[in-house]
Amino acid sequence: MTSESGADSEAKQPRENKETEKEKGKAKAAAAAEPASPQNQPEQFPAAAGHSTPARKEQEQQEVDQVSHRSSISRLSRSPLKGVKKTKIMECKVALLDGSDFTLNLEKRARGHVLFDKICEHLNLLEKDYFGITCRDVENQKNWIDPGKELKKQIRTGPWNFAFNVKFYPPDPAQLTEDITRYYLCLQLRDDVVSGRLPCSFATHTVLGSYAVQSELGDYDPEELGSDYISELRFAPNQTKELEEKVMELHKTYKGMTPAEAEIHFLENAKKLSMYGVDLHHAKDSEGVEIMLGVCSSGLLIYRDRLRINRFAWPKILKISYKRNNFYIKIRPGEFEQFESTIGFKLPNHRAAKRLWKVCVEHHTFFRLVSPESQPKKFLSLGSKFRYSGRTQAQSRRASSMINRLAPLVERSSSKRYNMSLSLDGAPIAENHETPMKDSAAAGAAKILTKGDLITTVTTEKKAEEEKAEQEDAPTDAAETQEPTTPLRHDTKTDSEQTDFAFDGEMTATESDADDDSEMRTQDTSPPEEMLKHQTNISELKRSFLETGESSPGLTEWEKRLSSSPAHSPRGDEAPMIEPLELQDTKDEPPASEETKEEVEPKTTKAAEYLVKYVGDSVATDLASSSGLHGISPSTTMDDDVFMDGTLREVDEVAEREEIKVSPGAVRQEVYQAISDKKGTLIILKEADDKVDAEGKETGAAGEEEEPALRGEAEGGENEAVMGVEIWSPKMEANGVTQIKGTDSPKKAMASWISEVVKTEATEVVGASTKASDAPQPGEEVQTEQSKSGPSQITPPESSTTSLAVSTLGWVPSSEKGPPEPEEKVVVATETEAAPAESTGPTGCDVVEVGTKEVPVVHTETKTITYESAEVETNGDVDPGVLLSAQTITSETTSTTTTTHITKTVKGGISETRIEKRIVITGDTDIDHDQALAQAIKEAKEQHPDMSVTKVVVHKETEITPEEGED
Amino acid sequence: MAGLMSGFGHYTHAVVRGIPASLAKEALRSCQAEVDLAEARREHEEYVEVLGTRLGLEVVELPADESLPDCVFVEDAAVVCGDTALITRPGAESRRRETETMKSALKELNLNIVEMTDEKATLDGGDVLFTGREFFVGLSKRTNQRGAEILADAFKDYAVSTVPVLEGLHLKSFCSMGGPGLIVIGSSEPAQKALKIMQQMSDHRYDKLTVPDDLAANCIYMNLPNKGHVLLHPTAEQYPESAKVFEKLKDYMLIPVCNMQKVKVDGALTCCSVLINKKANI
Repeated sequence: MTSESGADSEAKQPRENKETEKEKGKAKAAAAAEPASPQNQPEQFPAAAGHSTPARKEQEQQEVDQVSHRSSISRLSRSPLKGVKKTKIMECKVALLDGSDFTLNLEKRARGHVLFDKICEHLNLLEKDYFGITCRDVENQKNWIDPGKELKKQIRTGPWNFAFNVKFYPPDPAQLTEDITRYYLCLQLRDDVVSGRLPCSFATHTVLGSYAVQSELGDYDPEELGSDYISELRFAPNQTKELEEKVMELHKTYKGMTPAEAEIHFLENAKKLSMYGVDLHHAKDSEGVEIMLGVCSSGLLIYRDRLRINRFAWPKILKISYKRNNFYIKIRPGEFEQFESTIGFKLPNHRAAKRLWKVCVEHHTFFRLVSPESQPKKFLSLGSKFRYSGRTQAQSRRASSMINRLAPLVERSSSKRYNMSLSLDGAPIAENHETPMKDSAAAGAAKILTKGDLITTVTTEKKAEEEKAEQEDAPTDAAETQEPTTPLRHDTKTDSEQTDFAFDGEMTATESDADDDSEMRTQDTSPPEEMLKHQTNISELKRSFLETGESSPGLTEWEKRLSSSPAHSPRGDEAPMIEPLELQDTKDEPPASEETKEEVEPKTTKAAEYLVKYVGDSVATDLASSSGLHGISPSTTMDDDVFMDGTLREVDEVAEREEIKVSPGAVRQEVYQAISDKKGTLIILKEADDKVDAEGKETGAAGEEEEPALRGEAEGGENEAVMGVEIWSPKMEANGVTQIKGTDSPKKAMASWISEVVKTEATEVVGASTKASDAPQPGEEVQTEQSKSGPSQITPPESSTTSLAVSTLGWVPSSEKGPPEPEEKVVVATETEAAPAESTGPTGCDVVEVGTKEVPVVHTETKTITYESAEVETNGDVDPGVLLSAQTITSETTSTTTTTHITKTVKGGISETRIEKRIVITGDTDIDHDQALAQAIKEAKEQHPDMSVTKVVVHKETEITPEEGED
Repeated sequence: MAGLMSGFGHYTHAVVRGIPASLAKEALRSCQAEVDLAEARREHEEYVEVLGTRLGLEVVELPADESLPDCVFVEDAAVVCGDTALITRPGAESRRRETETMKSALKELNLNIVEMTDEKATLDGGDVLFTGREFFVGLSKRTNQRGAEILADAFKDYAVSTVPVLEGLHLKSFCSMGGPGLIVIGSSEPAQKALKIMQQMSDHRYDKLTVPDDLAANCIYMNLPNKGHVLLHPTAEQYPESAKVFEKLKDYMLIPVCNMQKVKVDGALTCCSVLINKKANI
């Protein structure tokens, strides 16, 4: 865990000093321009550098002109002469994780990402999304450099000294694609341990220490290492002889273990530590009691001394804000509470409050969302515009799954930081002979394309989530399909007032806005009033469903559901009494949220998202209110969520999501769960996805789509019969999110997305991303779709666009394996948990193939566009063992894009095919989106009765401003 | 390969203690009840025999101390996890000296001893639920915040969350672990509430096994070589409804253990032993 305080400063100081020597030795460090010779301590640097231009400010003193600091690797150096006068060059010194320094020159106006990219290049690091750059402020507090902002604005004073650190600690490091990434994570953790930020027991110190030694020094060899080698390394804050001896004992037993293996073992142990990846911030509670707030991948932890006294999982948090030195979280009402509550904490000062707020926003986005939120509109610029703009974990995983290079050599022996006496030279990382792919995403995408129709993308996590989702939600009785649409329309129009999304971070002074100071909404709380009615109805439906559900007396609704969900009861039918105990946020919430939603929703009139689920005859309806939801910005693209959620595969998280509704995926999950609950057995062996995008009111697209969809259904039917598996009646889930702000936006784009999913076999669904369609529209719309888990984003670069997406899912589970016996359930359960780790050789599944074969393969592209810049989304194969194929058929009409998407996944002998149809309607405000949507859904329905609407998204965008800082 | 936090339920040793005659009259109890001393001793003998003979644990049997009527409930005197033993400071004044013998016994077993010396701290082992992944400490009549803090300090690897115990003597008076990731919980409202809190505080995912009787939720789970999952649970005679639930557990070696007498002085199954895994020590 990292601490905001300077706790680690001691650890870093020494290495910085040492660093210089190392720098010399590095050939690589050529980058470190001559001027930045070793003798130059960063602090001294300014003086030496001053010649280029008279210093205008303090900062400029440090400027160095290009001529003197030409760096071999610096791109800037290409035109040295020109640069001399116009471009200010600054020398940056970056403390790397191995204790060395990396010095380079950057244009003064360079933004954070330039530096970051150069460091990653230097480190040969592709999976860079977990990392970040820090610099210390006046108070010696560590602040993360915003990649989108100019460095000079983030360093008010002082030399350009930075540190390269892990920013987001992956909950499961084994899922990282490359060893080299794990190597750096290990280095960070070793520092965390030695500095005391990551407390551990003596036993853990010995274990971690022993793996660190093995990783760094290799096999124990008394002749080479001597007997005292161990004391040259640091393992613990207070290292004792006893500890060293124990470490040595263990080290001796690791003969033959490779460094990469040792690192995996190290991480497997480190990740279990309770403070792993927890970023601590000092604070006081409302009564002035000293506490610590810990931000981590799963939420916010509250500590008093070493005790955890509370925990707020992200799904539980509706809003995060700060004002002056206060930090607030708005909490979703609990099961028995009527209203949401806001909890305030006092931070030492305004900066600390803001820092905490930012860290929360970033963690939430990275770990919980499928894609980053777009930034608030300008006209709402009352508050902070800060958003996390990098890739989310989900995106990062997809991208890294595309990495296709030989494992780079990692030179590990040079981690001087922990090595007290050795002073080996050499860059920490050996150059890789392979051409490293600098832009993994782009490269990945390219590769995918070349593969043709087969895309082996596996996003295990997603699968897990889906499964969970399936297990969780109980379907409710029949609601009409139409309903979802109606509400949507309202949404579209009502959202106009969504000012609340704006983070008013900067408005600190205004008292009235306390809440909004700078807030991040993690969920939508307020639906437009018009929608309220609908929602109420829906919730009523849901409630009634719940009440009618067959369940054992005495259990609460969610308990019933839980108890009936197969996946959660490992013992199968015979041991029905074992119920999954879900994190409160996750399982508890469904009920709670239902209750609360109604109340909550009325309050706000911002963006509302609803979720209507239909299952077979029964309809489960969930109101998901998500207004600024996704936390952060109301105007974000909701599309992505649909499938992407899956990507966050942490089991716990999955559950949480449901409740949160933050991510569309959550919605889905609910549906699935609902399904499973109702039937009691959930076995999904295959999943057929059919995605069709049809644009415009026309259903012309539909025609094309029909085939896949039908097949999917047919298959489902067959399977059911054959398998004797319980079949769920297809569910209809409609999730409508509307975020429309009254805007001056000239244009709107509306996209409707209808996807059909037929599941035939239980499998792990893998996220395959395919880019389905580009809206033909005035180029304002870009869509990204991830098949299966594929999130789709519509991000109109300029001008506001509204997109309405409706996705439908129909599931017909059947298993080839056999009847949905308890055993199977067990299997399912296992998969859920293990899914992420599993990787199986791809196996062809007949059923799947059938479904897919018939569909012509057009091409698959993955593309992700964030508000900041266009990124290529790649759905990759995370696990080599899993085969995923994705096919996308796209047809376009004037302003309509129809995409049929078929994804196949095979895992552990289980395969799943999923067919999704996606219809995107894009257009100006003039278009009657509501009608178009209604029609599209109707037609789709007619064609495929089993189809379910998973999601309806109305998306409207105005100008997006990528990089503003909140400041 | 040394792995931390693995092998939940693996035990090699058990520390137990005899029943003093004073238990019948003087042992603390939350409701008045007549204890049949001879019967209680017979029960305890059977309990020890299950641990030693049937399950093959090495049993360290400490002598009863007449001046310590509650001394048979050794669980409250120490919390052992991995190779570390935290000697507690029991919440009941009359029980403080129970730790002395326990401490020396655990020292004999080469555990790292951590003592709770802070006079403001109290902690009964019965309030400590270790799930294999984290600790939950019940804040009860016998255990306070400070005690929990010291426990957190003693076992740094794990998250330690506090749970208010509104009813019942100890946290484990209505719950226990029934397997890796499986919490056995009573169905009373306070029990369910406590479970909710545990859910909220945890990053982990658990299954729960709900039993009709709160007291029946106190079981002993072990995972032993050649025996697999072992669960010591109250007998059908004592809790017929709850027993039915246990009987449905598959792949378990189920061992009903009679606890009719000890329960009268708030003694549950877990109370009567401190389980230790010496082999897991690093």
